[in-house]
Amino acid sequence: MKKLMVTAALGAVMGLAAGAASAGTIEDVKAKGFVQCGVSQGLPGFSNPDDKGNWTGLDVDVCRAVAAAVFGDASKVKYTPLSAKERFTALQSGEIDMLSRNTTWTATRDTALGLNFAGVNYYDGQGFMVRKSLGVSSALELSGAAVCTNTGTTTELNVADYFRSHKMPYEIVAFEKSDEVVQAYNAGRCDVYTTDASGLYAQRLKLTKPDEHIVLPEIISKEPLGPVVRQGDDQWFNLVKWSLFAMVNAEEMGVTSANVDEMKKSTNPAIRRLLGVEGKFGENMGVSNDWAFNIVKQVGNYGEAFDRNVGPKTPLGIARGVNALWSKGGIQYAPPIR
Amino acid sequence: MSVSTEKDDSARVPLWNDPNVRGLVSQIVLIAFIVWFGYELFSNYASNIAKRNIATGFGFLSTTAGFSIAQTLIPYTEESSYGQAFLVGLLNTLLVSGIGIFFATILGVLLGIARLSKNWIIAKLATMYVETLRNIPLLLQIYFWYVAVLGVLPMPRNAASLLDSFYLHKRGLSMPKPIFDSAAVIVLLALIAAIVLVVFLSRWSRKRQEATGEQFPVFLSSLGILIALPVVAYFLSGSPIHLEYSVLKGFNFRGGMTLIPEFMALLLALVLYTASFIAEIVRAGIQAVSHGQTEAAGALGLRPGQILRQVVIPQALRVIIPPLTSQYLNLTKNSSLAAAIAYPDVMHTFAGIVLNQTGQAVEIILITMAVYLTISLLTSMFMNWYNAKIALVER
Ligand SMILES: N[C@@H](CCC(=O)N[C@@H](CS)C(=O)NCC(=O)O)C(=O)O
Repeated sequence: MKKLMVTAALGAVMGLAAGAASAGTIEDVKAKGFVQCGVSQGLPGFSNPDDKGNWTGLDVDVCRAVAAAVFGDASKVKYTPLSAKERFTALQSGEIDMLSRNTTWTATRDTALGLNFAGVNYYDGQGFMVRKSLGVSSALELSGAAVCTNTGTTTELNVADYFRSHKMPYEIVAFEKSDEVVQAYNAGRCDVYTTDASGLYAQRLKLTKPDEHIVLPEIISKEPLGPVVRQGDDQWFNLVKWSLFAMVNAEEMGVTSANVDEMKKSTNPAIRRLLGVEGKFGENMGVSNDWAFNIVKQVGNYGEAFDRNVGPKTPLGIARGVNALWSKGGIQYAPPIR
Repeated sequence: MSVSTEKDDSARVPLWNDPNVRGLVSQIVLIAFIVWFGYELFSNYASNIAKRNIATGFGFLSTTAGFSIAQTLIPYTEESSYGQAFLVGLLNTLLVSGIGIFFATILGVLLGIARLSKNWIIAKLATMYVETLRNIPLLLQIYFWYVAVLGVLPMPRNAASLLDSFYLHKRGLSMPKPIFDSAAVIVLLALIAAIVLVVFLSRWSRKRQEATGEQFPVFLSSLGILIALPVVAYFLSGSPIHLEYSVLKGFNFRGGMTLIPEFMALLLALVLYTASFIAEIVRAGIQAVSHGQTEAAGALGLRPGQILRQVVIPQALRVIIPPLTSQYLNLTKNSSLAAAIAYPDVMHTFAGIVLNQTGQAVEIILITMAVYLTISLLTSMFMNWYNAKIALVER
């Protein structure tokens, strides 16, 4: 009996110790045959399941790009829906391989939580939404308002900074789940709903009467959203980072999912390097050399992903704005593949 | 004598068969194992955290929090520290638990008595209440009350008002806030004096009744003292307490104080749910007192009210207190479901917001567990003390 207990206890300790093995994510991922990707619990345009449980969105496309790079098959992803509060613990503990969930890159998260941000797939900023009937046209008129938001976000800190620096009193109501925020705002608990502007456009679609609400013009913060990995595994960090860069570079070179086969025959050396015709860029990252070809073929370039998920032709109808390529007046910019 | 037999025994049996030695050794082994296991867990945790570059330690408690909290019983701003945010959350937990226990007890006792009522309708209604409320998961009830409270109440502009000083609306119940001048201490002292007086009065009257059988109207006179003394002190010291009223300004009410709807919904759910359990405990306690006692008391000429107060309740209490204690503990622990509707208790503020902003999960969860453990232990200590006090004194 006692022997059994000791064995069990030893097992438990070893289990904990095993959890410590963090390097070699790429081998782990290859061995299990899929990428475990942390996403939101449903944010249209960014990470949202349809009624058949298929996930789509701009953040989901980053997960799919990584799977395409590793396996040559973008569908080899399993998704873990996470609330804002759960996301970092899930990544730290190894429950997920990467997090791609409208997560803002901040100093604390990058330095104190043991995380690394692998780039920015959407440049955002925090905004406010109110009922049209309130007759408010600027955030500066919100003195005394009740504000609904999410806990565990940069949002609740920014809103505190904003109201404090403008010496406006306010009442905060902070929920753990986004659906609870939407519900409370919908029920009239708050005058204002605040989150990333992209999130406001996405969540507005969930309100009973979306037309009765407006997003105020003020953007009160910088919210660079991007994929996140654990510290201590540079190879995996590189792979996630360059999967995103490959999408941006492909857009810049005019390589799309439609013409990528054609482009393989291109004489442009930059395109040849991107698509693995020249060089060993994939090998250096521990994947095959046609990694970026697979990404573009199966997921598309950054512009395609943007247009398909959040662009002007989607219900969200977001313009490229700052997320346009640097060569087109935006700030999306990827280092060269060479 | 016993010493000598023991000696004889140990001389005869070999050491490894001596029950005392065996007991000692196995306990030492067990303790050593627990210490080793704890050490192993901790060092494993420490090395993992270090490897992953995750911040550790309790230093974060003095860092600026930077977020605001909806309900604060002590002064708190965005510039306060995480440690202060913790205190705010802790007090909010204590507030909702304390008030919840108070009302759940009253309602539970009434319901328990009602279940035994000879009036068929009252008894059936009480049974229906108990069977419905205690069989629906609490989380569901919390959501229900939150949605119901939010759904029914009007917007602040159309708030339902009472006496032009209480306003009920979607942002809560706004009411006047008492402001205490320094002279208010006199009123407080008068109140304390009144309480002391009442305690003495009830002791004196009990002794006198035991000695002479004469009764004294303790309840009414106590009530008189408790009201009259502070009121007289209030006017003599020049009305040092006045009210700050809530007024509608812009979107919402300002000034005065406001009970937030999250508090109301959580309190309502906790009280209604726990009362259904307390009702059953009270009913069982009363039924545990044999009917012969009631009849005997009746034969002695006691009136029904007296029988309940002097004969049945003191005996029933001995059966009621231990399970009642667990209900109090349950209510306190259940209050941690507050996070579901954003009531800023210690779970929501500290184990939620602070945990997420600092990422120091292990430290924060440890502190939070210690909080609930301490509250629970203190509650049971008090209830055990009370239980011992009312226990049957064998003569
Ligand atoms: N970008 C902010 C906010 C992220 C956030 O949690 N936003 C909410 C509101 S848009 C959300 O993603 N909700 C979706 C969900 O919880 O599934 C951060 O990283 O802290």
